[in-house]
Amino acid sequence: MKTIRTFDVADMEDVAVGGAVLGTGGGGDPYIGKLMAQEAIRKHGPVRLADVGDLADDALVVPVCMMGAPTVMAEKLPQGDELMRAFGALEQRMGRKVDAVICIEAGGVNSTTPFVVAAASGLPLLDGDGMGRAFPELQMVTFTMFGVASTPMVLCDDKGNALVLDTISNQWTERLARAATVEMGGSALLAAYPMTGAIAKKSMVRGTLSLCARIGSTLRETRAAHGDPVAALCALLGAQTLFHGRIADIERKTVGGFARGRAVLNGLDQNRDQVLHLDFQNEFLIAERDGEVLVTTPDLITAVDAETGAPVTADGLRYGQRLVILAWPCDPIWRSKAGIDLVGPRYFGYDRDYLPLA
Amino acid sequence: MIRIGIDVGGTNTDAVLLDGTKVVAGVKAPTSRDVMTGVVEALRKVLAAAGREAATVDVVMIGTTHFTNAVVQRRDLAQTAAVRLCLPATECLPPMVDWPEDLRTVIGNHWYLAHGGNEFDGRVISPLDEAELRGIADDIRGKGIRSVAVTSVFSPVSTEFEERAGAILADALPGVHITLSSSIGRIGLLERENAAIMNACLRDLSQEVVAAFRGALADIGFTGRFFLTQNDGTLMDAAFAERFPVLTFASGPTNSMRGAAFLSGVQDAIVVDIGGTTTDVGSLQKGFPRQATLAVEVGGVRTNFRMPDVFSIGLGGGSLVVDSPDGVTVGPRSVGYRISTEARIFGGSTLTTTDIVVADGGATLGDAAKVSGLDRGLIRRARDRIAFMLEDCVEKARISAEPLPVIVVGGGSILVEGPIAGLELIKPDHFAVANAVGAAIAQVSGEVDRVYSLAEMGRDEALSDAKAKATEAAIAAGAHPDGIEIVDVEDVPLAYLPGNATRVRVKAVGDLHVA
Repeated sequence: MKTIRTFDVADMEDVAVGGAVLGTGGGGDPYIGKLMAQEAIRKHGPVRLADVGDLADDALVVPVCMMGAPTVMAEKLPQGDELMRAFGALEQRMGRKVDAVICIEAGGVNSTTPFVVAAASGLPLLDGDGMGRAFPELQMVTFTMFGVASTPMVLCDDKGNALVLDTISNQWTERLARAATVEMGGSALLAAYPMTGAIAKKSMVRGTLSLCARIGSTLRETRAAHGDPVAALCALLGAQTLFHGRIADIERKTVGGFARGRAVLNGLDQNRDQVLHLDFQNEFLIAERDGEVLVTTPDLITAVDAETGAPVTADGLRYGQRLVILAWPCDPIWRSKAGIDLVGPRYFGYDRDYLPLA
Repeated sequence: MIRIGIDVGGTNTDAVLLDGTKVVAGVKAPTSRDVMTGVVEALRKVLAAAGREAATVDVVMIGTTHFTNAVVQRRDLAQTAAVRLCLPATECLPPMVDWPEDLRTVIGNHWYLAHGGNEFDGRVISPLDEAELRGIADDIRGKGIRSVAVTSVFSPVSTEFEERAGAILADALPGVHITLSSSIGRIGLLERENAAIMNACLRDLSQEVVAAFRGALADIGFTGRFFLTQNDGTLMDAAFAERFPVLTFASGPTNSMRGAAFLSGVQDAIVVDIGGTTTDVGSLQKGFPRQATLAVEVGGVRTNFRMPDVFSIGLGGGSLVVDSPDGVTVGPRSVGYRISTEARIFGGSTLTTTDIVVADGGATLGDAAKVSGLDRGLIRRARDRIAFMLEDCVEKARISAEPLPVIVVGGGSILVEGPIAGLELIKPDHFAVANAVGAAIAQVSGEVDRVYSLAEMGRDEALSDAKAKATEAAIAAGAHPDGIEIVDVEDVPLAYLPGNATRVRVKAVGDLHVA
């Protein structure tokens, strides 16, 4: 396969920043995943990025990711072989060699985990992912809409345990794997959703990993040139500046293991005298200005520091921060009825319909 | 009680003498290269200014940048072994993996992974292997390393593994310094381990520095106890400071904020400390600086230990003012300590913020005639720019919509024209030595940060357990058991896990127990 570009140790810094931006407030800090990818690249050499269009239709593609609490992963770091063990076990189960690695979630810590496997296996990494952002549950991937089964799936822990799942639906996989992850100590690594090249071409959100790298390099270079990082980020993402304001209040509660909440921002500059409400459940899901809903999930909402353009997670929101809220349309794949059923506002318990962002 | 507070800063060593709660005298002396000469000079000056004998002083509190500078400048650091109790987990990223190469090399890059560690809910990852640890001890002995940092996975949840491993290593390596990560940092393995390793590599230096302070104080005839201040605004006695030098990191901004609270009598406020080159801004809650929640880098190393949530902007009394068609810029470049020769009012040729203020009649300083010809429009624009910068950082430091007052301290306070962000403005007496005052009035604290499984106990029970443990920790650190207050409680549920685990952080504070 043709290599679009390669990723060396230093490039992973940019990917991690981009992963945090596409994390739309959630997905976990990419820090540990970035360090793991850098170690793997030091040991095995750079990662080759490839375009899914160049893949044979009958090729076998396998995504890998981390599941569980990013806070746990930052304390009990992985043993290191989990991803490769899960990947290898799934390959064995499929009875044939895997041709390429794919990213399941370009937002948060999982923007970096597939680089570990791509470096260690020497296989190309496809430029794209199964979300184009971050979402909290395993079935919330574009692959689900194209009938890809999440199983056989292999879930591995630090001790050497491997759990192979065969389930009747991707929702069941989420349910069983989540319970197993808690038993494994709150953080586990997995390979799942084996699929053909033909399906990957149809279902993946393309270009998101090279976008991560460009987000990181754009912010880095704009800051170095004393430019306006937020404006540069908007231009790169084709995002609109939804709001410029300060956090005036944050309400948090936990429901079923997910951090839910609502932030209130008071406007500055062009948004003076306006108020923005930002609803989050790990990720930012709904933005409402002066009572009018402007953006709903799965369209992307990200909060960045007004000066540096550095992404701010929902966990990191604090009173008084001056933020710019950016929003841009999700990949058209999500905008079907099946997509909205899977990740639209009603799935997250909000009594409102999806409102496509222009 | 008569107390002396000392703050060793980059430019000046400040000292104050307090009789009870009254500031009797405050002085500044230049910081010397060897530090101790400057400290002794400041001590002599403050005693003379107060008209007191050293023997009448009960306690001396010292805030120092010694240890931060040692790490930043990579000097006086000891060869250190990092032992992590974790296997089979965490093998993918060894200790010091994300450190700057030069610092890792200076302390030898010695590390060992061993069995042990806990899960988030307290389960054991693997049992401790004494023979394995004794083997590691043999290797450490063979290399002649004299300081060891021990870090166990989830040690903030259970300290058992670190304590047992520490005891085995201490037994096998008599006289070697042992630092346990759970006594320093919080959840976040690499960050806590980093703090423990930095502490370990400073242990030789801390013995020297504490001995030098002891000597300097004896030289001037002081016979009482002395303490060092920590980054959370509380004290550690000399013996504790010898063991935990890393806890002095960033004590400077903390001391100035605590001093501001004391001098103004206000416990909840925004503090703006304006120096010559930078302005530090932070928020006070119940008289203590709010703690940072994000990772803070020291000398290029990521840490997560108790640092005040203070941020700096490039605005000070020596900041350069440059006019251009795009508008006026202020800072971040500054003439710094050369202000006394380079600013216009002192006969220099550089336009500084101080010149602008003097030209506007905001302060009487230097020769005002030298700036009388400045364009009124420029003066206004520069002052507006300064006001905007101050307003922006004060807004950032606010933690609620409550209209908290703003306390302004530091030598550059003349830059403040009027209320910032519409909030009440307080400029206390002795504002220039607020940092030394902060050192003098420091209290004693204890802190707990751990994950509780709410499947086993209710939230209220978990919180009261954490409060009891924090109170015990404060008493162990030297607080008077009467009147200990819980000053900070925070519980954050662990995201992406079904609802039963929550991380609780509690801090207790009390007055120093002077026996």
